[in-house]
Amino acid sequence: MADLESFRDETRRWLTANAPASMREPLRNPDDLCWGGRKGKYPADVTRWLDVMAERGWTAPTWPREYGGGGLSKQEAKVLAEEMGKLRLRPALTGFGLSMIGPLLLQEGSEELKRAHIPAIVQGQIRWCQGYSEPGAGSDLASLQTKAVRDGDVFVLNGQKVWTSYGDKADWMFILVRTDFEAPKHGGITFLLMDMESPGVTVRPIKLISGSSPFCETFLSDVRVPVQNVVGRANDGWRLAKALLGHERTMIADVFKERDDSRRLVEMARRYLGETDGRVSDARLRDRVTQVEMDQQCLDWTLARSRDNAKAGHRPGPESSIFKYYGTELNQRRRDLMVSLMGPQGLGWEGPGFREDELRLTRDWLRSRGNTIEGGTSEVQLNIIAKRVLGLPD
Amino acid sequence: MDLVLTEEQQLLQATVREFVTGRSSLKRIRQLRDADDPTGFSPELWAEMARLGWLGIVLPVEHDGLGLGYLDLLVVMEELGRGLMPEPMLSTVLLGANAILLGGSAAQRAAHLPAVAAGERLLTVAWQESRSRHAPTHVETHARPAGGGWTLAGEKIQVLDAHSAQFLVVSARTRGEARDREGVTLFLVPRDAAGLRVERQQRLDARSVGLVTLDGVRVGPDAVLGEADAGAALLARVLDRATVGLVAEMLGGMTAAFEMTLDYLKSRQQFGVPIGSFQALKHRAAKLYVELQLARSAAMAAARAVDEGRDDKTIARVASIAKARCSDTFMLIGYEGVQMHGGIGMTDEHDIGFFLKRARVAEMTFGDATWHRDRVARLDGY
Repeated sequence: MADLESFRDETRRWLTANAPASMREPLRNPDDLCWGGRKGKYPADVTRWLDVMAERGWTAPTWPREYGGGGLSKQEAKVLAEEMGKLRLRPALTGFGLSMIGPLLLQEGSEELKRAHIPAIVQGQIRWCQGYSEPGAGSDLASLQTKAVRDGDVFVLNGQKVWTSYGDKADWMFILVRTDFEAPKHGGITFLLMDMESPGVTVRPIKLISGSSPFCETFLSDVRVPVQNVVGRANDGWRLAKALLGHERTMIADVFKERDDSRRLVEMARRYLGETDGRVSDARLRDRVTQVEMDQQCLDWTLARSRDNAKAGHRPGPESSIFKYYGTELNQRRRDLMVSLMGPQGLGWEGPGFREDELRLTRDWLRSRGNTIEGGTSEVQLNIIAKRVLGLPD
Repeated sequence: MDLVLTEEQQLLQATVREFVTGRSSLKRIRQLRDADDPTGFSPELWAEMARLGWLGIVLPVEHDGLGLGYLDLLVVMEELGRGLMPEPMLSTVLLGANAILLGGSAAQRAAHLPAVAAGERLLTVAWQESRSRHAPTHVETHARPAGGGWTLAGEKIQVLDAHSAQFLVVSARTRGEARDREGVTLFLVPRDAAGLRVERQQRLDARSVGLVTLDGVRVGPDAVLGEADAGAALLARVLDRATVGLVAEMLGGMTAAFEMTLDYLKSRQQFGVPIGSFQALKHRAAKLYVELQLARSAAMAAARAVDEGRDDKTIARVASIAKARCSDTFMLIGYEGVQMHGGIGMTDEHDIGFFLKRARVAEMTFGDATWHRDRVARLDGY
C-alpha cells in the first residue's frame, strides 16, 4: 500500500509537470480527442500530450512493457486514472487500436503480429477501423459475404464493407472475411488485419441524416493480404468477433457518458423555459428533465454495481447488452428532450438566427437515432438478454 | 462504497429466505386477507423475527439492537417483500422506532427501543391526512397547550398497523397554517388514550391500516418527540429512512413478481410452443429485467447513503430517486405480470394479482413517483 501511495504522489507530480494546460479543458465531442494515425492533424498540445504519455507507455497503462505498454498493475493503472480524473485531464489517445484490436492481439495474436502492431498502437502511429458490417449483413452479421481466397502466401479479398467508422481516417482495418463457403455460416469466417493503403481498397464516406459523415463504405477489389495477418486461426474469426462486440458495446456507453455534463439539461431548461419563484417554469418539461437525470443516475449506479461485482470475482455476464440497450435508449431520450427544451431554436440547420451550440445539439439529436442501431440494435440486445440471462426458449 | 453483498449479508439473506419460504407463503397471505382480522399479521412470526434479531437490526447495541446498517436491513426487507409478508416492519421498526431513535429523549429511547427489539412493543407514525396527499408538512391536526401538556384534535388517514400499535407518533400543528413547514410537532400518544379512536380501513393490499380520530386527546409535556414546532424536519428524516426500507421491500416484491412471470412464460404453452419463445414477449421480459436491475441499484445506493452517514439532504435526494424508480418499476412489473399471465392473471385464484395490488399501495406510500421527482428537482434547486 505504501508503494501505491508513493506511486500516486509521483504520478501526480509527473502529470502536473508534463500535461499541457489545455488538456484539462472539458471535451466538446469525441473529435476533440486524439485518435492518432498517419492522416491525423492535431493541435501542438495534443501531439505533445500524446508524445509524453506514449513515451511512458501510459496510453496503454496495463499493457506489457516489452511491447511499449506501461507495464502497470491494475491498482497502479487505477491510481493513474484517478489522478488524471482529479486533474480533469483528457486521455492522451483513444480509438479502436487501444480499446479493441490491441487487447485482442495481446490475447490471441502471434508474436510477429504483436511486435508489428502493439507498439504502433501505443504510440498512436496507426489508427484502426473495424470492417464488420456489410450491405447484406447487419444484425445478421454472421451472414457476411466478403470473400478471401488463398493464393500462395496471400489472401485475395473481394467484397464490400459498410458502416466503417472513420474508414477514411484510418490506416489499418481489422476485417471479417469468409474463407470457407461450405462451412455453416459461423464456421467459415476469418479475422484479418488489412493495410488500408493496399491496392484495391476504395473508401467512400456516407452522409448521415445529421449531415455528418463519421462512417464509410469500403470497397475491396482483389486486395492482397499476407496470410501472416490472420489473427488466431483461419475459420475461427467469429469467436474473436463476438469477443470484440462486447468491448464495443461497453465503449459506446462510455463515450456517451463523457459527453454529457450532468447539469446541462437543467441549465438548458432554465435558459429556454425561464424560472418562476426559483423553479423551472414549465412543470411538465421539468419533470422530463428530472426523469432523464434520475434514470442516468440509476444507470451509473448499475454500472458501478457491475464493476463491484466483477471486482468481487463474479463472472461478468452479458451485462454489456444491458448497458448498450439502456444507455443508448436513454441518450436518445436526453437528445430528444434537449430539442424540446430549445423549442423553435432547436430547428436550425445552419446560418443566422441560431447559436453554434444549438445547431450542434440539433444535429446531435439526429445522430443519436443511430445509437440504437449501431453496435447491435436494441432488438438484438433484448434478444441476447432474453436468451442468455433469462433463459427464454428459441 | 461497494454495491455488492458481503459474505455476512449473503448468509443473512439465506436465513431470511429460508424463514420466509418455510414459515410463510402466499397461501398464508391469502388466508390473512380472508380472515378479516384487523391485526392483519401473525404475532407468532413477529416474535420469531424478534428472536432472530431482525426487529433491532438497525437499532444501536445500547438499545439491545444489532447495530447493523441499512444494507443489512435491505437484505431482510427484500426477502420479506418477496413473500409479501405483512408483519409490521414498516410501522414499528422503520417509522416508529426511527422517530424515537432520531428525535426521542434518553428516557423515551430507553422506554421504547429495547421493547421494540424484543418484539414487545408495536409502534406507528400517524402523519397522513385527507388533504395532505403526499406532503408530510401539510398538517391540519392541531395541538393546543393545556395544563402544562397538550390537547390534540384532528384526523389521520391510512395509519399503518394502527390497530395493533401500542403507541402512535402523531404529527400536529402547534403553530401557523396548514402548509407551513414551521410549527409542526410530533407527539408520542398511547393508543388507549381517551379521545383516540381507531377505525379499520380496508385497502386493496389487505394490510392493516386505520383511520385515527383524535378528539381532545390530552397528553403530558413529556409526550413531545424532539422539539416543539420543529417536527417537520424530524418527520422528513424518519420518512426518508422508512422510504429506504420500503423500497427494499418493493424490490423483493417486484423481483418475485418478475420471476413468477418468467416461469409462466417458460411453462405456458400456446400454438404448441412456450409463449416465452415469442419475440414480442421476450423483448418485454428483457426490458423488465433491465428496469429491475436499475431499481436494485437505486435501492442499494439509498441504503448505502444512510450507512455512510451522508447529510440529510443527500439521503433525502437518494431516497427520493430510489422511491420514484422503484414505484415506477414495481407498477410496470405488476401490469406486465398480469398481462403476460393472460386470463389467469385476472383471477383472484392466481397470486400475480397480489403483487399488482401491493405495487399500487407501495407506489403511493410515502409519496408516488411524480411527487418524489418533484422533490428531487426542488432539492437540486430547479
